[in-house]
Amino acid sequence: MTHPPVPIDEKARRQIDGMIAAEARHLAARRAAEDACPCQDGMFPAGPAASRRRFLFAAGSAGAAAVAAPALAQTAPPGAQYFAPQADPTKEQGRPVAGDGGYGSRSQFETEVRWRYPTPNEHTSWSMTPLDHMLGNLTPSGLHFERHHGGIPTIDPNRHLLFVHGLVDGPRKFTMADLKRFPSVTRRHFIECSGNGLTEWNKPTLKTVQGTHGLLSTSEWTGVLFSTIAREVGLKDEAAWVLAEGADAAVMTRSIPMEKMLQDAILAYGQNGEAIRPEQGYPLRLLLPGFEGNTHIKWLRRLEVSDKPFMTREETSKYTDLMADGKARLFTLEMDAKSVITFPSGEMKLPGPGFYTIAGFAWSGRGRIQSVDVSTDGGKTWVPARLDTVPEPICTVRFSLPWTWDGKPAVLQSRCTDETGYIQPTLRELVAIRGANGPFGSVYHLNAIQSWAVAADGSITNVHA
Amino acid sequence: MCMRDGLLAGFAAGLLAAGVLALPATSPAAAAEGRYGFGTPATPEELARFFAIPPDGRGLPPGRGTVARGATVFAEQCVACHGEKLEGIPTPGIGGDKLIGGRGSLATKTPVKTVESYWPYATTLFDYVKRAMPFSAPGSLPDDDVYAVVAYILSQAKIIGPDDTLDATTLPKVAMPNRDGFFPDPRPERRLYR
Ligand code: HEC
Repeated sequence: MTHPPVPIDEKARRQIDGMIAAEARHLAARRAAEDACPCQDGMFPAGPAASRRRFLFAAGSAGAAAVAAPALAQTAPPGAQYFAPQADPTKEQGRPVAGDGGYGSRSQFETEVRWRYPTPNEHTSWSMTPLDHMLGNLTPSGLHFERHHGGIPTIDPNRHLLFVHGLVDGPRKFTMADLKRFPSVTRRHFIECSGNGLTEWNKPTLKTVQGTHGLLSTSEWTGVLFSTIAREVGLKDEAAWVLAEGADAAVMTRSIPMEKMLQDAILAYGQNGEAIRPEQGYPLRLLLPGFEGNTHIKWLRRLEVSDKPFMTREETSKYTDLMADGKARLFTLEMDAKSVITFPSGEMKLPGPGFYTIAGFAWSGRGRIQSVDVSTDGGKTWVPARLDTVPEPICTVRFSLPWTWDGKPAVLQSRCTDETGYIQPTLRELVAIRGANGPFGSVYHLNAIQSWAVAADGSITNVHA
Repeated sequence: MCMRDGLLAGFAAGLLAAGVLALPATSPAAAAEGRYGFGTPATPEELARFFAIPPDGRGLPPGRGTVARGATVFAEQCVACHGEKLEGIPTPGIGGDKLIGGRGSLATKTPVKTVESYWPYATTLFDYVKRAMPFSAPGSLPDDDVYAVVAYILSQAKIIGPDDTLDATTLPKVAMPNRDGFFPDPRPERRLYR
């Protein structure tokens, strides 16, 4: 990648340095856990060889576990409870049925966590999904990425109301019980923050795919189509936009084109078979398949039908794309097609030449993924990958490609095509269009091909190739 | 459509027959109109607490504020996080944005986006401050103080004069420097199809 070096101002340097430091802390914690837990060997950590030291989860992550199980806090990662491992589980009874109180937790040997982008204010910040450790297509609800502007509210669903008003025949309010009486849909969709990868425009900055691509998650969502509610309230002829508003401290607002609202917008209350998690908008969020994450308003309390957009702070000051000529794109809502290799990826280390299965995710905000190609020579030649899940509209697919590594340096890339025929571009192509005016220029919507370099010693690093 | 109407009518009749109309909503009338009838009408009083102010100023509340009053509001409510000179405070635990400056920087290699240099509409500033600021007590400012502190920020940005007053009539007329700095999304980018 050769474009002129970008002068980085003080604010940008502070942010990027902070982010590098946060990722480094996370990596150190992960290594400590992996070091102590031989069960992680299969993931090819780049850290020191696994030893048989007693399982001990790194400090800092223990806080969350303390809430669930105070007495055992030092030894179980977030989302797990500690139980003494059995020497031979075939020779004594295991734990009693429903001894967990009726709601299960993950294994204490599974340590993956989201980590937070170190914005100065922890109430307006984001956390990233560990894509390199995902075992399927759906993101576990507890690892879904987050972006909040005013913290996570605690909302009693029995008191939560959705108001629908503005250019409608009859403004109405709906309780959660009301909403659940309407016919529902259940659909799998990804959500991606348009800021995903914002550190990666100018040079490879973060080390892991969690850092470079972790503002992406996929869930099965259940809820009522907006079109169903639209018929209940009756739309006026001039109805062209809908303002969605959240019940958090940011009272988050975005204006959504009516065309999109009527096409496939879901007022979602279910995620992966249970109620939406608080961090994802409990009890109700707007789901706009393929639109940038910020528009999927969480803790949804109000929909105001209008003839024009409202030009809220999030759709003017933020989430606009400043081009090199000083003009900015407005309402850049759709997420372009994108893919990334998650195995092997940054900070992993291949133990030696031989057989590996390259694997990753591909997704498009405009429809289904049609195909994915993989290159092991930095984009000179491409081989079609296998799609390991059935492509669904606006949902991630998993892809894979068998690969025998000869032990020589290689550069791994993936490139997807969606059902509209859009082909994922290179970073060079994107920068040529959008300009390279730094981390405060065009930071959003980076969907370029990602490159991972494999060194002769098997270590994997983030590179621009 | 017809089928759905029929189903709904049947559903409503079923409810009647079963004597379960104690359930809220679904009335035969709603079903006859092809609606489910769930939910209840929202009254003007219930809707009165909501706002979202578009560029034409629709929905702006009564009240007014001067730059002078705004200086006091800012000193009391905002300065701790946004700084004496509105320069922003990036220290951990605070993180208030820089609010002014950066004019003329947008086409350079180090663009600085602030209310002054980037925001296209003054109505957005009113809406956002009333909605989400001060960060420590969102939505706590009386409307007069929102007008005033918006006037103060815009005067520090040299967008309005030090003696100006803002209200529902004058605010939407404020000419923001970057008013014409935006254009519709051209994606998918045509150059990717060459
Ligand atoms: C406790 C700290 C704090 C206080 C007090 C505070 N702010 Fe803020 N302000 C913030 C933070 C943090 C953000 C960024 C919010 C986000 O990330 O969404 C912000 C954002 C803003 C923005 C948006 C800037 C942009 O470019 O998008 C404006 C305007 C603003 N504040 C005005 C005010 C005003 C006016 C007051 C006083 C009435 C005030 N703030 C008081 C912390 C504070």
